[in-house]
Amino acid sequence: MVTSPEPLLEIKDVRTHFFLDEGTVRAVDGVDLTINKGEVVGIVGESGCGKSVLARSIMRLTQPPGRLVSGDILYHRTAKDQETEIINIANLPRNGTDMRRIRGSEMTMIFQEPMASFSPVHTIGSQIIEGILLHDDVSKEEARNRTVELLGKVGIPDPQLRVDEYPFNLSGGMRQRCMIAMALSGNPSLLIADEPTTALDVTTQAQILELLGQLQADIGMAMILITHNLGVVAQMAKQIVVMYLGNVVENTDVETLFEDPKHPYSEELLKAIPRLQRTRQRDRLTPISGNVPSWRYRPSGCNFMPKCDGSNPACAMEDPILIEESPGHWVSFCGPCRETHGCKWFPREIIDTDGGNGA
Amino acid sequence: MTTDTKLNDTHLIEVNNLEVYFPITGGFLSKVKGHVKAVNDVSFFLKEGETLGLVGESGCGKTTTGRAIMRAVEPTGGEVFFTTSDGERISTTNADPVTLKKIRQQMQFIFQDPFASLNPRMTVFDIVADPLRVNNIASGNELTQTVTQMLAKVGLSSSLAQRYPHAFSGGQRQRIGIARALALNPRVVIADEPVSALDVSVQAQILNLMQDLQEELKLSYLFISHDLSVVQYISHRVAVMYAGKIVEIAPTDVLYSNPRHPYTRALLASVPIPDPKQRSLGNPLQGEVADPANPPKGCYFHPRCPNPTKECAEGSIEMGLIEVAPGHWVDKCCVNCG
Repeated sequence: MVTSPEPLLEIKDVRTHFFLDEGTVRAVDGVDLTINKGEVVGIVGESGCGKSVLARSIMRLTQPPGRLVSGDILYHRTAKDQETEIINIANLPRNGTDMRRIRGSEMTMIFQEPMASFSPVHTIGSQIIEGILLHDDVSKEEARNRTVELLGKVGIPDPQLRVDEYPFNLSGGMRQRCMIAMALSGNPSLLIADEPTTALDVTTQAQILELLGQLQADIGMAMILITHNLGVVAQMAKQIVVMYLGNVVENTDVETLFEDPKHPYSEELLKAIPRLQRTRQRDRLTPISGNVPSWRYRPSGCNFMPKCDGSNPACAMEDPILIEESPGHWVSFCGPCRETHGCKWFPREIIDTDGGNGA
Repeated sequence: MTTDTKLNDTHLIEVNNLEVYFPITGGFLSKVKGHVKAVNDVSFFLKEGETLGLVGESGCGKTTTGRAIMRAVEPTGGEVFFTTSDGERISTTNADPVTLKKIRQQMQFIFQDPFASLNPRMTVFDIVADPLRVNNIASGNELTQTVTQMLAKVGLSSSLAQRYPHAFSGGQRQRIGIARALALNPRVVIADEPVSALDVSVQAQILNLMQDLQEELKLSYLFISHDLSVVQYISHRVAVMYAGKIVEIAPTDVLYSNPRHPYTRALLASVPIPDPKQRSLGNPLQGEVADPANPPKGCYFHPRCPNPTKECAEGSIEMGLIEVAPGHWVDKCCVNCG
């Protein structure tokens, strides 16, 4: 460590809820997370765990009935004169001038489906130029030149011709490259990539990931990489955050998580994926036990209660909290688990041989 | 690869030089201007109790191959043979409708998207019972019994039978799709990306289920997928397709440890390894998939090949597969590349 990492974004106890007629969905329910300047953070978890909603909350893109209910999102903005000011994004009006200035230029987002994220009736060029004109005080010509340059940078062949083409003229991989070009047009300090390669072939995925990695290092921007592909995170990210039912269950650097996951859910997630090996693996995959509880029947207190055999009345009393098990390694434990420094519900066999940890 | 399951040597399905060309029409009176060669001279076989993985990028013809075997799309050339349970070898490509119906009972499909492949207006019971009714196999009490049995086999309670698909999660729906496919007691199941729409956790459940059912019912799978780690996990042999052709086919261990075709190598190298200590993604394949409507001259792969020779581009090397080791076939042009 030469310099201690400077935080770019501090997310503190963010809650985003969706208020439906049937009830309230607590999609993001108390997330704490710090993203440092120039670092890649991977967020993993099953569908519905709140990864995307968290990303949208940071961008302040949640639409009614969803609302950022509470929490702070502190953005450390470096102004042109190198001075850092701290803005609490959570307090800005969602559609206000300040937020609109940040969104799309200083913080940008690329989406999963490259087919759906471009307007089909405008050319690629006009859509990127529009963004540049909105954020920067430049002439149309300059904006166009910059677009061509950006398209070249993301590896589009013949960018001066492609700039006038429509999305349907391009393949999925090319469209995702254009999406990245658009996201980079404002020299962002944070790029949120929400499943950027899920809709792509493995070969194209490898190309796009390489491109993203390269650009991220060149520009020195921070990146939040949301994915359910653990391989992608392992290859791209420095820090990894595992989410479950709107909460962070584990937050550490990638090496530690893949080697020594402290939370049983992370462990199960790692065991459930088939791994590419030189010879075929013969042991069965271990699926994650049980289903994710529906938002309607969400347990109070610890989210893992339904999976836990040693349920203690204390589990239902309080929400689990993130504690720092070792420097930089945060794990979410409920009260009884904190006492034993380990969650009890998994793996049950091991706990049995341990002679059962009290509590 | 016959170590973990005893495989019978009967070729349940034999595909010989299968071709599916789709006409491109346009202009005056919709004249045929060309063809999309979706499947171009594909040959392979599927043994009893075996899983053959079929991998490749989107648009390489994997799905069309699967469909052409069942004649869900009409092949334009080549032949497919199916060996029935009586040991009779029937050509599906020349079969009359009555025979075809009989063959199709023994060959079933599992689809990719569990949200699109189940009729939202039919109850789970009706979905699973439908193939039995259509083929006049069971009715009344017997029907109820069979459906209950099928649902139990895939791990669903019969109390859920009167519900509609919307009440189920993705993994449960895929189970319903599998129950429907197994209702007729087929011998071959063509699974077209059965787990790619599912979460990792659910994916593991469905893969385990498919393996259990294979053992129990002696099923053969043609497992179409683009996920190489899933294919490695479930398949006995793997065929790699590129632009409508099979470029390499080998027992799983051989293919993954000693890939001979540069495309197979590139595919394997593109998979992000879930281990931060092993950096992969070093040298991804450049360029895009060959357009099957307008394939490159010579070897289809040469524009993306890491070191193509002049002969590759000219196409002076004969196309087709060559056996480099027992059961390991590689495209002739590319066998010595890279």
